[in-house]
Amino acid sequence: MLATIARRAHLSRPSFSFTHPFAVLINQSLLFPSHLNFSTTSVARPPLSAAKMEAIGVLMMCPMNNYLEEELDKRFNLFRYWKQPRPSEFLTQHAQTIRAVVGNASAGADAKLIDALPKLEIVSSFSVGLDKIDLNKCKEKGIRVTNTPDVLTDDVADLAIGLMLAVLRRICECDKYVRRGEWKFGDFKLSSKFSGKRVGIIGLGRIGLAIAKRAEAFDCPITCALTPETTHIVNREVMDALGPKGVLINIGRGPHVDEPELVSALVEGRLGGAGLDVFQKEPEVPEQLFGLENVVLLPHVGSGTIETRKDMADLVLGNLEAHFANKPLLTPVV
Amino acid sequence: MAAAADQHQRPQPLPLLLLHRFASFNLSFLPVLRTKYTVLDPFADPPDPSFPTLSKSARVMLCVGPKPVTSEDLDRYPSLEYILGTSAGINNFDLAACRRRVIRLTSAGDVFSVDVADYAVGLAIDVLRRVSAADRFVRAGSWPVQNEYTLGSKVSGKRVGIVGLGSIGSRVAKRFEAFGAALPTTQGSKSLTSALGKTGVIVNVGRGPLIDEKELVELLVRGEIGGAGLDVFENEPHVPEPLFGLDNVVLSPHKAVLTLDSFAALEELIFSNLEAFFSNQPLRAEVELD
Repeated sequence: MLATIARRAHLSRPSFSFTHPFAVLINQSLLFPSHLNFSTTSVARPPLSAAKMEAIGVLMMCPMNNYLEEELDKRFNLFRYWKQPRPSEFLTQHAQTIRAVVGNASAGADAKLIDALPKLEIVSSFSVGLDKIDLNKCKEKGIRVTNTPDVLTDDVADLAIGLMLAVLRRICECDKYVRRGEWKFGDFKLSSKFSGKRVGIIGLGRIGLAIAKRAEAFDCPITCALTPETTHIVNREVMDALGPKGVLINIGRGPHVDEPELVSALVEGRLGGAGLDVFQKEPEVPEQLFGLENVVLLPHVGSGTIETRKDMADLVLGNLEAHFANKPLLTPVV
Repeated sequence: MAAAADQHQRPQPLPLLLLHRFASFNLSFLPVLRTKYTVLDPFADPPDPSFPTLSKSARVMLCVGPKPVTSEDLDRYPSLEYILGTSAGINNFDLAACRRRVIRLTSAGDVFSVDVADYAVGLAIDVLRRVSAADRFVRAGSWPVQNEYTLGSKVSGKRVGIVGLGSIGSRVAKRFEAFGAALPTTQGSKSLTSALGKTGVIVNVGRGPLIDEKELVELLVRGEIGGAGLDVFENEPHVPEPLFGLDNVVLSPHKAVLTLDSFAALEELIFSNLEAFFSNQPLRAEVELD
């Protein structure tokens, strides 16, 4: 089944002509531009002792995980970017010590930061998405980049299905209704069936395929679409195709969707519903959405389980240690 | 001669159909039923003066939702031969009394099974991944303030126990298998704590009395089990208030079956069974009373 879907993706690259799709999902496989083909040869250097590792400056861009922060602190000389009252002074002061940056979906390594850190050797991202890292610049300067693929695939796929069910079956609305003490015997509002509905998936990488596998267990036929343009890939045209009975799920990145367009489509009832885990400018969420019962809003928790965040942290740590011990990186991107 | 012509032209009365329901429960396809049957409604407004007499001749009862049918009810309707339920569950019927009277019974069969299975999975994901709680968090404007939301628990790969592997249970199993869940067979009934442990989650889309509600509430409040997704309760629509403040609990007002698709399927089943009964054809979703 999975092989069929992957093959279909190659053979047919449809434009947005959905025939009565029900849900469209966007996920992160779009963010890894396949035209960037990087070699992974490493420079010959002797491995470092634990003491020498502790002298290595690692810059963490924002709070992301207590366990990761503690371990980085134990193993390296950790600098916390978000605690610096004067960031540019701080960078100038420590430019010669910082050899690694740890970023995530909110803050990574843009051109400006890379230029400010002449000793930077590796950017290890606590995410699978790479949109906050200037990959071209890294390649140019021979800076390695790693991310956290595979360990979070299941969580994001699970949440995508969870969002579809929550929106269509109005689970969050039901919960609010009961908690407000409004449940009266015999009153019932019908919601929409999920099983058997057509699901369109934009981006059929690891996460997209994992979503497809789950959706198939609900007898949902899968439609796939791939295009090279990723920003605002979900625009008015797509939303019109989905229509008042269609639902949009975004567990990829906010900028994939034309957010103002999405808000007006939902408010005006031209789009049937949405399950959103990501937004254009997190943590800001358009307030016009707060009053809508056909919308579920989540604070970017796609990979937010105790189990997966630990696995992701271990990958970040593993990649950093491998790099400084001159061993092959675990999950290199560049 | 005029009188004879009159008799030929008078239309045949529609077969009697006795309605048995709570006042607050309506049936969306009642108007269509009235075109084919003389519906005797105990809650007709204004009251139907012929109800007391005609109800004694009714051969068929349509029992809407969870309204109990007791042996006293059956005594009031001596001509009853067949009862149609509209739920998958049949715990509201006095089955022994039906057996004694030789009354046939059909339920909703499996018209709701897919929707209930979907809902069970949705509730499980919601509890483990804190979907409803996180949605409340965002809507309260807390994300910019608090930055990180509490981590949930992974769904994929978990051990999932399903009590009852019938029409609904087997569909729940099929769905969870796609999440890489391990499905151990449950034998007998363990206590909640021994089955779930501190991180385990329970989802109930069956009937409230399947779980000791008082015990469940205590365990949840004390943090001795991981969480619960509940669509049914012991005394609906009453939901124990200590649950309202818990973020690891998702509460639902008995809606697992409530989709347009399910109700369309129920309507088709009801009409089909009524026609079958009155034309001596086999019934669908008949409950074995022997």
